[in-house]
Amino acid sequence: MITEEIRNRYEIIVGLEVHAQMLTQSKAYATDSTEYGQMPNTNISVLTLGHPGTLPRFNKKVLEYAILMGLACGSKITRYNIFDRKNYFYPDLPKGYQITQDKTPICWGGKIAIELPDGTAKTINITRIHMEEDAGKSLHLAEETDTLVDLNRAGVPLIEIVSEPEMRSGEEAYAYLTEIRRLVRYLNICDGNMEEGSMRCDANVSVRKKGETTLRTRNEIKNMNSIRNVQRAIEFEALRQIEIYENQGTVKGETRMFDATTGETYAMRTKETLNDYRYFPEPDLQPVVVTDEYIESVRAQMPSLPNELKAKFMQTFGLPEYDAKVLIDDKDTALYFEALCSQTTAFKAASNWIMGPVKSYLNERTLPMQDFPLSTKRMAELIALVESNQISFAKAAQDLFPALLESPEISALDMAKKLDIIQDSNQDNILPIITEVLAQYPDKVAAYKSGKKGLLGMFMGEVMKQTKGKADPKVTSKLLQEQLDA
Amino acid sequence: MIDFSSFASIRTALHDKKTTVSAIVSHYLQVIEQKNSELNVFLEVYTQEAQNRALEIDKKLSEGTAGRLAGMVISLKDVICHKGHGLQASSKILEGFESQFDATVVTRLLAEDVIIIGRVGCDEFAMGSSNENSAFGAVRNADHPDRVPGGSSGGSAVSVQAGMCLLSLGSDTGGSVRQPAAFCNIIGLKPTYGRISRYGLIAYASSFDTIGIFSKQVEDMALTLEIIAGADDVDSTASQKTVPAYSQSIDAMDKSPRKIAYLARALDDESINPEIRQMMADTIETLKAQGHSVEPVDFQLLDYTLPVYYILSTAEASTNLSRFDGIRYGYRSPDAQDLESLYKKTRTEGFGQEVKRRIMLGTFVLSADYYDAYFTKAQKVRRLIREKMLEVFKNYDFWIMPTTPDTAFKIGELKGETVNMYLADLFTVPASTAGLPAISIPQAKSSEGLAIGLQVVANEFEEEQLLAFTNYLQKLKKGK
Repeated sequence: MITEEIRNRYEIIVGLEVHAQMLTQSKAYATDSTEYGQMPNTNISVLTLGHPGTLPRFNKKVLEYAILMGLACGSKITRYNIFDRKNYFYPDLPKGYQITQDKTPICWGGKIAIELPDGTAKTINITRIHMEEDAGKSLHLAEETDTLVDLNRAGVPLIEIVSEPEMRSGEEAYAYLTEIRRLVRYLNICDGNMEEGSMRCDANVSVRKKGETTLRTRNEIKNMNSIRNVQRAIEFEALRQIEIYENQGTVKGETRMFDATTGETYAMRTKETLNDYRYFPEPDLQPVVVTDEYIESVRAQMPSLPNELKAKFMQTFGLPEYDAKVLIDDKDTALYFEALCSQTTAFKAASNWIMGPVKSYLNERTLPMQDFPLSTKRMAELIALVESNQISFAKAAQDLFPALLESPEISALDMAKKLDIIQDSNQDNILPIITEVLAQYPDKVAAYKSGKKGLLGMFMGEVMKQTKGKADPKVTSKLLQEQLDA
Repeated sequence: MIDFSSFASIRTALHDKKTTVSAIVSHYLQVIEQKNSELNVFLEVYTQEAQNRALEIDKKLSEGTAGRLAGMVISLKDVICHKGHGLQASSKILEGFESQFDATVVTRLLAEDVIIIGRVGCDEFAMGSSNENSAFGAVRNADHPDRVPGGSSGGSAVSVQAGMCLLSLGSDTGGSVRQPAAFCNIIGLKPTYGRISRYGLIAYASSFDTIGIFSKQVEDMALTLEIIAGADDVDSTASQKTVPAYSQSIDAMDKSPRKIAYLARALDDESINPEIRQMMADTIETLKAQGHSVEPVDFQLLDYTLPVYYILSTAEASTNLSRFDGIRYGYRSPDAQDLESLYKKTRTEGFGQEVKRRIMLGTFVLSADYYDAYFTKAQKVRRLIREKMLEVFKNYDFWIMPTTPDTAFKIGELKGETVNMYLADLFTVPASTAGLPAISIPQAKSSEGLAIGLQVVANEFEEEQLLAFTNYLQKLKKGK
C-alpha cells in the first residue's frame, strides 16, 4: 500500500498525444465522404481500398484546419511540408502504410494555457502538430469467428497534437484535454467527441523521485474514451509505477490499455519486437508549400478563441471572472452571449439569465445551446422588461420565460401582456390599496409601530394579493414603509 | 495489301476505304493466333470486345465522328489499369484481380478510339530485364525465339516487334521500355518523369516510374504521346506543363546542326560489347559527316547510378507492394491460420523470387539502423546525378549512348546472375534517376543479327526535340 507520504516523494510526468479527426467533407487523400455512422464499407473507393494503380490526392482543407490549430496555439507554421509513409501491416490499413508527416510537421511548438480547479494557471508546451490519415476499424463481433474490417474511417484526416512531458498530474492532463477540446470546437475543425472516437488521446506516463532531473521509463496508455478516464488512467498508472519502484522493480516501457470498468491499466499482449516503421518521404505526393499569404488568409478567418472572449467579457462587459469562465466553457453559449450583448447593455443581467434559467432549461432537457429556441432578440426583450421594472425577475423567470419558450415567435412584451403580468409602478394606483389594507388590520399596524417590523412582509403580501401580484414590489415596499412610519 | 507498320499508312487505307477497322482487328487477331503460343506475349486477348469496338469505330468513321486514333490497335502491359479487365502485374498475388477503373492514359486513348486488343506479359511488378520473372513464364524475342526480349516490358516490345498490334504501352522505371525496345529492334520512349500521369499504373518505384511507348515509327509515338501526356488532377506528380503537338514537329530538325554529346566510355569500355561500341563510333561519324558537333562527355557518376537506383527503387517498391497482403483482393494463401501466417504465407507464395528479393532489399535500406547509410546517402547521390546530367544539357542538345551494354541474351543464360542481370540497365538507369526523357532506336545489327539500340537522352520536357532528332536519325539510317 502506497501511503500519501510515499506518494508525495514522487513526481508524475505526463505527455499527451491527441488525435483529432478533422471535420472535412471528404477524406485526407480521397474524395470519399467522411460522414460518421454510415453502413460499414460504404464510404470507400478504389483509393481507400488501396487498389493497385491508385494515387493519393491531398485535401487542402486539412492544411487549412491544421494551420488554424497551429495559429490558435501560437505554433510556428512549417512552410515546406513533406508527407511521409509510416509502414506497418494491419488489416485496417489498406495500403500497408499510413500517410503522415515525420520530419516536417505542419506546426512546431506552441502552447496551451490551462487552469486547475484551485485556480492555479499553467502553460503546457506543444512539441508539434502534424497531419495524417486515420486507419479503418477492425471489428471482432461476438457471433463472428472472423475479424471484420470496416474501412469507412480509413483515410479520414487527423491532426496529431503532441505535448511536451510537462503535465504533473491527472488533473493537469484533464485540464489540458478540456482546453484542447474547447479549442478544436471553437475552431470548428473537430467535434471533440471522445466517446465516438473523433478525438482520441494516448498518455505517456512516468514517475520519478522529486528532485531527479532525468526522466525514467514511460508507459503509453491507450483506450481512454473520455477526458475523465484519461485522468483516472494516469492516476492509476502513476501509483502502479510508484509501487513497482517501491518494491525495487522496473517499469518496462510498454503499451498498456485502460479498462474503464476496473479503472486499471493492463499490458497489451504484443510481441517484444520493436516496430520499425521505416518512415520515408511519400513519393506520390508533391510537397505542400505554405506561403505567408496563405497563412494570413487562414488567420483572417480565425474565429474568436475562448481566452479572447473571456477577456472581452470581463473587460468590455464588466463581468466577474467566474461568469466569464462559465460562459466561455461552451462555444455556442459564449457566442450566444456575445450576440445578446449587442442587443442589451444589462450585461450582468444577461449573464445571470444565461447561467441561470437558460442553463437550467437546457440541462433539464439535455439540449445543446444551439437548440435553445429563443433568439437573442427575444432574450434581449425579456431582459429589458425586467430591467425597466415592467415585470419582476421572479415573474419573468417563472411565467414569461417558459411561455416564450413555448411560443418563441411572440414578442416578450406581447406575451407579458397576454399573461397579464406587467407590473404596476404607479403610486396613485398602489397607495389606495395600501390605505385599504392598513385600515383592515389596525391591531397589526399598532404592533408594527411598537416595534414588530417583521410585519412589513405580511402587509406586502396582502397588497400583492389585492393586486394579483402586479404591484411593483419596490414601489409598494417604499410606500408601505412611508405610510407605516408616518 | 496494307502496310501495317505505320499508323499513317493505316489511316490512309481507312480514308481511301481500302480497309476497315474490323479488317485491321482481324489481321492482328490472326497474327496473335499464329504467334502467341510460341512467343507467350498475350496474357489475355480481348477478341470479342475488339471486334465489337471495331464495328462501332467503323460506324463512327463513316459518320465522320471518329477519334484521332481510329484504326490504332494497341496492347497494354499488365501493369496498366483497364476497367473491367484482368490486371496482375504478371504475378500470382493478383490472381483473379480485375481493375475497377481506367488508367488516365487508357481513358485518353479510348476517347480517341484506340482499340486495346489485349494485355501482355512482363516481368513481375515490372522488376526485371529479361521478362523471365513472370508467373506466366518467359516472353520470347520474336526475331530470336531462344532469346529474351528484354524487360520488364518484354511483352509490349514483342507485341509490336511481331506485328501483333501497332503500338504498345509499357512502363519504364530503370530502362524497362528502352532495353526491350533495343533487344526487339523497335523504338521505345521513356518520357520525362511526370510528363504522363501515373494514375492507373501499378507502382513499382513511384519517383522513377513512367509510362512509356513502343512503336516502329517515331510519328506514331509522337501522336500517342501528344494524346496521353499532360496534367492530371488525380496525379499530383504529373506535370502542369502544356503538351506540344509532338506529331506536328517531328520533321522540324532535319537540317540544323546540333550539339551532341556522347558518353565517352561507350567507345572504349571493354565491358561493353565491341559491336555496340562500333555502333557508337559509326553513329558519331555519321553525325559529324552531317555537320553536327559531336563531343565526348565524361560521366564519373555512372558507376554510382546502378547502386543508387537499386537502393531507392527497392525502398519505394518495398512499401508500394505492402498493399498486396491477401486481405482485400488477389491471392490469399489457403493455409493461413491467423493474421501473421496469412501475411507471411500469402506473400511468400504470391510473390516471385525477384520481387521478394527487392522487397527485402528495400526493407533493409529503410530500416532504422541502415537508413542514413543507404537511403539518405543514395538520395544525395541521386541529386548529384541529376545535377550533373542537367549540366550536360547546358552545353548540348542531346546525349547519345548505347541503350544496353550487350545484345539480347539467351533465355536462362543469366539465371542466378542477379548482378549481371542488373548491369543490363547500366545505361538506361541514369536518365531514370535524373527523370530525363530518353529514347531507344534500332541503330545496328550484330554479326549474329541481334538488334543494337542507340539511346538518345534529352533535357527534361524536351520530348519534342528528342522525337524530332530521333526521327532524323531514323531517316539518316534509311538514307544509307
